[in-house]
Amino acid sequence: MYFHRSFFPGSIFAELERLQRGLEQTYDPSIRGGLRGGFPALNIGSTPQSVEIYAFAPGIDPAAIEVQIEKGVLTLAGERNLPAPPKQATLHIGERFSGRFRRVVSLPDDVEPDSATAKYRDGVLHISIARKESAVPRRISIQ
Amino acid sequence: MSNAVDKTPDNAPAAGLLPPTNVIEDAQGITLYADLPGVPKDKLTLQVDGDKLIIEGELNFAIPEGMESIHADLDLPRYRRVFTLSKELDSGKVAAEIANGVLTLRIPKAAHAQPRKIEIQVTS
Repeated sequence: MYFHRSFFPGSIFAELERLQRGLEQTYDPSIRGGLRGGFPALNIGSTPQSVEIYAFAPGIDPAAIEVQIEKGVLTLAGERNLPAPPKQATLHIGERFSGRFRRVVSLPDDVEPDSATAKYRDGVLHISIARKESAVPRRISIQ
Repeated sequence: MSNAVDKTPDNAPAAGLLPPTNVIEDAQGITLYADLPGVPKDKLTLQVDGDKLIIEGELNFAIPEGMESIHADLDLPRYRRVFTLSKELDSGKVAAEIANGVLTLRIPKAAHAQPRKIEIQVTS
């Protein structure tokens, strides 16, 4: 299911839409499980030239994240191991993800896997994959 | 008061994502770790207001022009989380750093609240 929406909504309508979408996701999950709630959190965007994937993976050595594209599926895998609290200390709140992770994204047919680039900054892994030349809409000038 | 009705009042905080947080307490104080991916150091705001600790961060990362969102786990442009501090914490001595999207906050206990070992004097 595709949702076309603004990246940074601010209005009450966007807020309501967000709630509604949350409900829709509850009842209509993807075959690979709900996209929401996993680690790392993912934002996916599209431009006429590329597909942009943002994986929110804070506190990880980027070299330890495995990024693979195979048969039109992008896989992100790795591990984030948080140290156990020292003895004599008490863990009051423990919400941060710890352990191995794996997330999978189906890519559109028109991407060029060889063109993918990945950058890590402030805990965000940004993967950009170009679309094939022929798929980029061209404006044809009238002679 | 302006006549705009679609604006949130100035005193109401804007909605934010809740950053996953771990809080660990030891004898000397509390260490808080919060996942704030996408927040550079200059977009992080930490405030102590009375007994409230307020953590706010703006997501700031490069988005190509004309990008249309297909899916968004993070669908707000900011994080916000408020914790209530307790009296024995010395909120004037909070130390903070952010690296790779992880905030680390150390709040020491006030000197009088730290455990003291009391020597037992034995008089013979």
